[in-house]
Amino acid sequence: MTVATASALPQNVAWRAWAKRLGPVIALLVVVFAFAFATGAPDRYLSVHNLRVVLAQTVTVGVAALGMTMIVITGGIDLSVGSVIALAGVTAARVLHAGASPLLAVVAALGMGAFVGLLNAAAITRLKVIPFVATLGSLGAARGMAKWFANEQTVEIPPTWLNELAVTVPRQAAWLVAPGVWIAAVLSICVFLLLGRTVFGRHLYAVGSNEAAAKACGLSPNRIKLLVYSLAGAFFGLAGLLQMSRLRQGDPTVASGVELDVIAAVVIGGASLSGGQGGVAGSLVGALLMAFLRNGSQQMGWPTYVQETMIGVIIVFAVALDRVRRR
Amino acid sequence: MLAVRDLQKSFGATRALAGVTLNVQAGQVLALLGENGAGKSTLMNVVAAGLAPDAGQVLMNGNVVHFASPSEARQGGVALIHQELLLCPHLSVQENLLLGLESRRLGVLNAAQNRARAVELLSRFPHLHIRPEQKVSDLSVAARQVIEIARALAANAQVLLMDEPTSSLGVEDSQRLHTLVKELSAQGKAIIYISHFLEDVRQVASHYTVLRDGASVAHGALADATDAQLVAHMVGRDVTQLFPTRSAMPGDVLLSCENLATKQGLASASLQVRAGEIVGLAGLMGAGRTELIRALAGLDPVVQGNVGGPNAQTLTHAGVAARMAAGFGFLSEDRKGEGLALNLSIADNTTLPSLPRLARRGWLSLTKQWDATAMQMQSFGVKARSPAQPVGQLSGGNQQKVALARLAQQNAKVWLLDEPTRGVDIGSKAQLYDMIARAADAGAAVLLTSSYIPELLGLCDRIGVMSKGRLVLMRDARELDAHEILHAALGAPAKENLT
Repeated sequence: MTVATASALPQNVAWRAWAKRLGPVIALLVVVFAFAFATGAPDRYLSVHNLRVVLAQTVTVGVAALGMTMIVITGGIDLSVGSVIALAGVTAARVLHAGASPLLAVVAALGMGAFVGLLNAAAITRLKVIPFVATLGSLGAARGMAKWFANEQTVEIPPTWLNELAVTVPRQAAWLVAPGVWIAAVLSICVFLLLGRTVFGRHLYAVGSNEAAAKACGLSPNRIKLLVYSLAGAFFGLAGLLQMSRLRQGDPTVASGVELDVIAAVVIGGASLSGGQGGVAGSLVGALLMAFLRNGSQQMGWPTYVQETMIGVIIVFAVALDRVRRR
Repeated sequence: MLAVRDLQKSFGATRALAGVTLNVQAGQVLALLGENGAGKSTLMNVVAAGLAPDAGQVLMNGNVVHFASPSEARQGGVALIHQELLLCPHLSVQENLLLGLESRRLGVLNAAQNRARAVELLSRFPHLHIRPEQKVSDLSVAARQVIEIARALAANAQVLLMDEPTSSLGVEDSQRLHTLVKELSAQGKAIIYISHFLEDVRQVASHYTVLRDGASVAHGALADATDAQLVAHMVGRDVTQLFPTRSAMPGDVLLSCENLATKQGLASASLQVRAGEIVGLAGLMGAGRTELIRALAGLDPVVQGNVGGPNAQTLTHAGVAARMAAGFGFLSEDRKGEGLALNLSIADNTTLPSLPRLARRGWLSLTKQWDATAMQMQSFGVKARSPAQPVGQLSGGNQQKVALARLAQQNAKVWLLDEPTRGVDIGSKAQLYDMIARAADAGAAVLLTSSYIPELLGLCDRIGVMSKGRLVLMRDARELDAHEILHAALGAPAKENLT
């Protein structure tokens, strides 16, 4: 997000800024339409039902990508997302299993996510371990904790309203899509405003762009990192809750490898892993792009290895394209 | 030996080179002068780093050449020594010296032969006591500069292009480098020496070529040109007065410190700066000037002594944020590393420390941020498309104006400026002096460091000299001259000690 108002920019600059922002959107549209025609049944691929499927599938990665976007903007990374999703899901499931209220389960999932985030941040700021290594450690540790909490098996949960969060077709037709999708949409707007319109948001960009300069301007990068990893952790916790809701059980082995999808979404969306760049809109488009790819490949009946290879190639090309555009 | 004929190069609509012609003979040092953005770097890149010209020729010994890459240029005998040193900090001196030129057999390094070559190269610079197995990251900036030069010699370069070689060196190291340049030219090397410092240029070069707006506009023997003439060629007009005239009478003490010491190399400094005053700090590299500024800014913890701010507040153990709240503003000597967030906008950079003032309950007013930045940009003459432009796209001079505008935007009462004009062309320098003088006239207390003594003498009311971590002298600028400052900086006993 820049502070640009279009009217104050010369025409060609405004144009280029728009082209840069629209790049991932165009890629998304290309993928959607390519599959719509490749499947030979555009009305089925673009049907309300299929769109609901894609959205319900994206919601976990999408919510996690919101948190990851904030971390990546500060120049950090969090590899523990997948494990935290499992840990938060299992935690919420245990709370529900014990007969507590669903609201308490929500608090437990978000709190667990934020707690792991806080530990990550403590390792990064106090022990001076680089984010990649600190969160590589918690990737293992959080997964272990999840298995321990769940006694190495899935945790059954009683039916509550929590189970309706990430369904493909919402029970009340007026909702149109699952409540989880609405939650993700509202949070996206909140994070968008947080990044672009608040002092804290601008400070995130400053820390990611040049930490020494931020320090010399009286900012406290360590405090900012503590906050951002914890906040993002709560987002990962929410993603875990949504995942549990979709599976209707707490599964300690779920979401293994999801960290790569989340990071890929953020990076395809234009964030720079060296910090100081990135935005909500891009990351969401990145998440959708991958969801449509997966969904499309499934509809085409392609085996998973084709999907995986294709997504890998697309990540590299999306980022390469972005670098060419910036030149 | 090297000649350039009517070279032209455009990037999109920007004409970086609009007809450059120059000539340098074996054994000659040619000074290439020009403001930032005049096309010096583009010219160097066309000659030695593989940038293809749109028109014109580069000739070596009368033959037209085109080097497709820096390594081809090195093989062809032309070596570019970058302003920003291009060394691998994790590798040893020897590995850096011979990178790409290692003696080997079937891909296996010949250790003994490589070491012998490295020792031979280093033996030409005995005063630095560099050992081949030392890690480059452990060396001083001056030593790294020498490694770059030695690397060029390893490739048997006949033509050396040196881009601002003294920009990060102190007085002593600059002198050594000049001696080295003269030796190299005496050995028959042709040298093109780019610098903003006319004093530097006069010490080493015999001839000059001036670039302005991408074209060579003047050339000749340095002995036949006055400084005023050279500057007029560079800026295209007369710079009647480089330093602003100032009128303000000193007011209250806004900054003071007594016996200040830090672990980072500041041994002892006591000074007072009043509102409306500009105080300069001179000294060699490592004399503790930067450390004093950083201790005052709150970046290095104080281990001894005390720091006072406006209204006699004690700030000895206050952090950066608390000192800023008390009215301190800091400009780092390292513009890219610590000064600016290069990929963020001018607006974000200008308002970074003062964001809370443009916000209500953490909610930022983008209009206020935009307007405040636009006002500062206009007030300081920052040349840019709009406040939204990333600061990294600006020229060095304009970047520095943004960095200073940040202090103005902060309403800083105490300006702590570490090398405010480093790496900035002479036209922008005049504007920066003006910005600083205006701040002082508006009632700010300014403490600045500079390695450029004429600048201190022209701009400051009082000058302090640091040597070996101590502030050894503080006197009215009118009572000092360059000789005395250097004398004190070298650690010789001062005639009078007024602190």
